[in-house]
Amino acid sequence: MQIYVCVKHVPDTAANIKIVGETGYNDSACKFIANPYDEYAIEAAVQLVEKQGGEAVAVTVGPESAVGTLRSAMAMGAARGILIKTEEQFLDTDLTARALKAAIEADGKQADLILTGKGSVDTEGFQTMYRLAGAMGLPVVNEIVKLEVGGGKATVEREIGAGSREVLEANLPCVLGATKGLNEPRYPKFPDIMKAKKKPVDQKALSDLGIDPSGAKTKLLKLEAVPERSGAKMIEGAIPDQVSELVRILREEEKVL
Amino acid sequence: MANIGVLMEIEGGELKGTNFGVLTAAHEQGKNDVYAIVPGEKADAYKDALAAHGAKKIVEVSVSGADLSKSPDLQARALAAAIDEYSLKGVLGLASPIGRDIFARMAADLNLPLVSDAVAVDFDQKTVRKSHFSGKTFATLQLDAEVLLCTIRPNAIEAKEASEAAEIVAFSPSVSDPGRVKVVDAKLSASDKMDLTEAPIIITGGRPIGSADNYKILEECARALGTAAVGASRAAVDAGYAPHSMQVGQTGKTVSPKLYIGCGLSGSVQHFAGMKTSKVIVAINSDKDAPIFEKCDYGILGDLFDVVPALTKALKES
Repeated sequence: MQIYVCVKHVPDTAANIKIVGETGYNDSACKFIANPYDEYAIEAAVQLVEKQGGEAVAVTVGPESAVGTLRSAMAMGAARGILIKTEEQFLDTDLTARALKAAIEADGKQADLILTGKGSVDTEGFQTMYRLAGAMGLPVVNEIVKLEVGGGKATVEREIGAGSREVLEANLPCVLGATKGLNEPRYPKFPDIMKAKKKPVDQKALSDLGIDPSGAKTKLLKLEAVPERSGAKMIEGAIPDQVSELVRILREEEKVL
Repeated sequence: MANIGVLMEIEGGELKGTNFGVLTAAHEQGKNDVYAIVPGEKADAYKDALAAHGAKKIVEVSVSGADLSKSPDLQARALAAAIDEYSLKGVLGLASPIGRDIFARMAADLNLPLVSDAVAVDFDQKTVRKSHFSGKTFATLQLDAEVLLCTIRPNAIEAKEASEAAEIVAFSPSVSDPGRVKVVDAKLSASDKMDLTEAPIIITGGRPIGSADNYKILEECARALGTAAVGASRAAVDAGYAPHSMQVGQTGKTVSPKLYIGCGLSGSVQHFAGMKTSKVIVAINSDKDAPIFEKCDYGILGDLFDVVPALTKALKES
């Protein structure tokens, strides 16, 4: 199977986001990681290649430093990486999808499956996989928690709320977005990390693929820190008094009961 | 004044309660005419509730010879057809598993921008506010689009009553299924538990809960709280105490209830990413240095196994 895994280089979820100007943030002060949801996609791709043969290729759109995330994917078992370089901190989802499509097509091999995470934890857009599938005319299912591939089709499950699930089928090739529950992403061992450093990474500029970042339909006007609560009002006393006081506050002052 | 569509979500034959906040967002204090879009052919049962929340029209959508629930692509196309039919300047829905899916399919099909999981919308300015970076920042986005597409974080916008006519119209667009994806089975949960994202009140247990069985004390408290659901932290889910469908936070669910009670939670950034927009946050923890006490509204220092049963009792007595 020829599998492309689309990954994103994102600030660590625990990182402090220091806003710069109206719409930027200080990315040199953040530790970056592979988007957590993408790890489920990488694991799924590597498991399929281990079982059925073929190749898993990691693809990302990002700055030069995003090679780090490609290396993480390769340490988990991807054979090689493709970096589509852009200096934009926030690239519009439609442009990202077009860039991914162009890079996958330019790679010259027929994709059997395109996997990615259900969304990225930086911009939380939850839609690039749909745009990629739409542009390529392929089926798409997001937020999958189970995957079986065989007989030219993918059978997947997704959660639809309160523990209920739907089972869906799509013919290959298709685009699938992974979420927690699909598998347990492996921790790469030291030799795998060393091997990943020697795996090939193909770099292209966004403009090489004919994509102009000024064509975005979504413009970030303002980025602002969400104020933290200033600290709890601690309710004192013995437990029966504490809980009675809490119930009183929630009913009479906050009016949420 | 504009015509705004709102996709209604129905579960177990009833309108989800979180639909009403989305109607309120579309109505903008009477500035817009709201079209409540109901997949299927039996909107009658919802007429009164929709009329009371600002729906001027109810659009019953059906596609001849097709079951919309079996094809998300067909449902997206039927919804897209309503944009032309009713000259909609915006379509809103819930940022639920189904809403996120249908809207993303529609946006990709129409090549329109989409904002997922928004907390505020301004149709005049064409701006939308949403979380970026796991709830640490809010982004204000400007959409360059004739039609604003947006899913709203459940419970993020408070439902307000607004009396309108809610006239029912039938709409059967001639759209075809691209036949790419089909729903072949549904595995419905045996329990009648409310989904976390729907619940106006949530009580969550962290790793100190110690076992799956101990969630019973939170379930009893949830019953005493009224319409409430029980959640779990990532650590508790990873320890096998609760299923992933109960997980709140990064890699779990994003919730925005009016009351969130965290029991034995440390207060990690990843957990707060999923519940920071709750109206009131209460923490119960036996560690006085737990970071959650720095980031919540009310705190009780104590063992959850003592405090939660006492809270249940106090709720029942008062």
